[in-house]
Amino acid sequence: MKQSLLPTVAHRLAILCYIAFALFPLFWLLKVSVTPNDLLYSEGVRMWPSRTTFDHYAFVLRHSAFPTFFKNSLIVSASTAVVVTACASLSGYALSRFSFRAKYAIIALMLLTQMFPLVMLVAPIFKILSPLGLTNSLTGLVIVYSAFNVPFATFLMQSFFDGIPKDLEEAAMIDGATKFVAFRQIILPLTLPGIAATLGFVFTAAWSELLFALMLINGNDAATFPVGLLTFVSKFSVDFGQMMAAGVMALIPAGLFFLLIQRYLVQGLTAGAVKG
Amino acid sequence: MTMTADTLGRRHDRRPWLTRLAHASEPYLYSAPSLILIIVVMLVPLVIGISYAFRDIQLLNPFSGGFIGLEHFRTLSEDPAFYGALRNTLWWTGASVVLQFFFGLVLALLLDKPFWGRGLVQALVFLPWAVPSFLAGLNWAWLFNPVIGPIPHWLFGLGLMDQPGNILSDPHYAMWGPIIANVWWGIPFFAITLLAALQAIPRDLYEAASIDGANWFQRFLSITLPFLAPTIAITVLLRTVWISNFADLIVVMTGGGPADRTQIVASYIFTQAFKALDFGYASAIALVLLVLLLAYSMLIILLRQTLLNKD
Repeated sequence: MKQSLLPTVAHRLAILCYIAFALFPLFWLLKVSVTPNDLLYSEGVRMWPSRTTFDHYAFVLRHSAFPTFFKNSLIVSASTAVVVTACASLSGYALSRFSFRAKYAIIALMLLTQMFPLVMLVAPIFKILSPLGLTNSLTGLVIVYSAFNVPFATFLMQSFFDGIPKDLEEAAMIDGATKFVAFRQIILPLTLPGIAATLGFVFTAAWSELLFALMLINGNDAATFPVGLLTFVSKFSVDFGQMMAAGVMALIPAGLFFLLIQRYLVQGLTAGAVKG
Repeated sequence: MTMTADTLGRRHDRRPWLTRLAHASEPYLYSAPSLILIIVVMLVPLVIGISYAFRDIQLLNPFSGGFIGLEHFRTLSEDPAFYGALRNTLWWTGASVVLQFFFGLVLALLLDKPFWGRGLVQALVFLPWAVPSFLAGLNWAWLFNPVIGPIPHWLFGLGLMDQPGNILSDPHYAMWGPIIANVWWGIPFFAITLLAALQAIPRDLYEAASIDGANWFQRFLSITLPFLAPTIAITVLLRTVWISNFADLIVVMTGGGPADRTQIVASYIFTQAFKALDFGYASAIALVLLVLLLAYSMLIILLRQTLLNKD
């Protein structure tokens, strides 16, 4: 027993280091967001201010455009998540259950979209969407983000479908159900965790996207959170408390989704790895 | 061809033919929405983008749009900012991938053995991955800012800096800012993938090895590493390509400055399109980047193939 004490202590210490490194930046964000302005510079490197305040949050919520940005981001991310999950569960099902001639071409196409630099598409997409009136519009962003996220979501859904035995829908089809009915009534309910994970992934990805939002949106009305925050930073770069309060708010939806889905992450990947 | 199918359909019972058609088209119908999205929003713009590389496309110039052949590439070959960006891309990608991989592997090994509270620890250390990249960039930019962040004061306290300054505005060290932010943000990705691969290794192999008297390091070298090798190869390849394209952190933290010292090719493309509104030139750089990345991927695949054939 005595022998194994040292490795255990080293192991726990290493874990602690990782936790500290992972959480410190977020802790600092939170700390500055609750520090009153008069203490911001005098207590600069203290770990926690002697007084805390929620004034920055109140100001951001009442007197800035951030509620609009938040709403826009919520609309864009949620719509993208729904559109992508619907498309990806269909195409993931096709890849999981059918063998057809174009299957490998489709897989190759989807892999290709994961390889090339998306920044290549900034200029052409702007040129295409602009005459259609889809620049400076949330709809345009939803369309673009949906396409970007569909390939990965398809692979994800495919791996979840692969985990469900084929006998289930075969049994239903012997009882007279069509394949689509079997898919909708038997397979989809069983993949609910997978659907939740896909929704979470896509929501987070859309919530974080910056470059296309910067390019396609100008003006406050359709700005998403990243665009709003970045504009705010370059305009009012002195108001650190308010910026960080806004930053903490941007973190909330993504963080919530992550906590919901994180236990599926390693499981899902393990299943995929075992299968080879 | 259509005619024969038609007449055949008419001669025989109509239903089986229709049913057969319905059966054959079923997977295509399922895939259609995804495929249409990908083709319309990614493939078509990709082709158009490639054509832009040979045209003079400037958003604010109504007389632009003509075909100019290889003019952009001639300019590009004499553009010192591009060569600088190429060097910075190598540095940015190399340092980020190596550090993310190393710390990710160590974290995966630490999380592989069961201990009390592992679920919670896993959630906490993977959290940076959920932080939106723009926020990760801003967050680290603030930490490096001597007005508001602690890092310059710590470095000053350790004697590594003459005075608490911002490394993001120091031409020699500025690149470390985005690299550290990227490592912080990307460790969980490697840890998650490697942990999944670790948990797929059959446990009895380790037991057999320890009965034979192998120590931890020997077990790691002869069991863990060979089992992880395929996962390592594929994740490192994919991440390298992905990180070399990843401009968010740099755009947010430094905007490519000071004096283009942190400008990578991807952020240079974005700057040309977004700030200079020169879509033609931006597309030409993008095309060069695409060719370089394809060449890199090919090289890796060929290398792998030859190594496999040797065995």
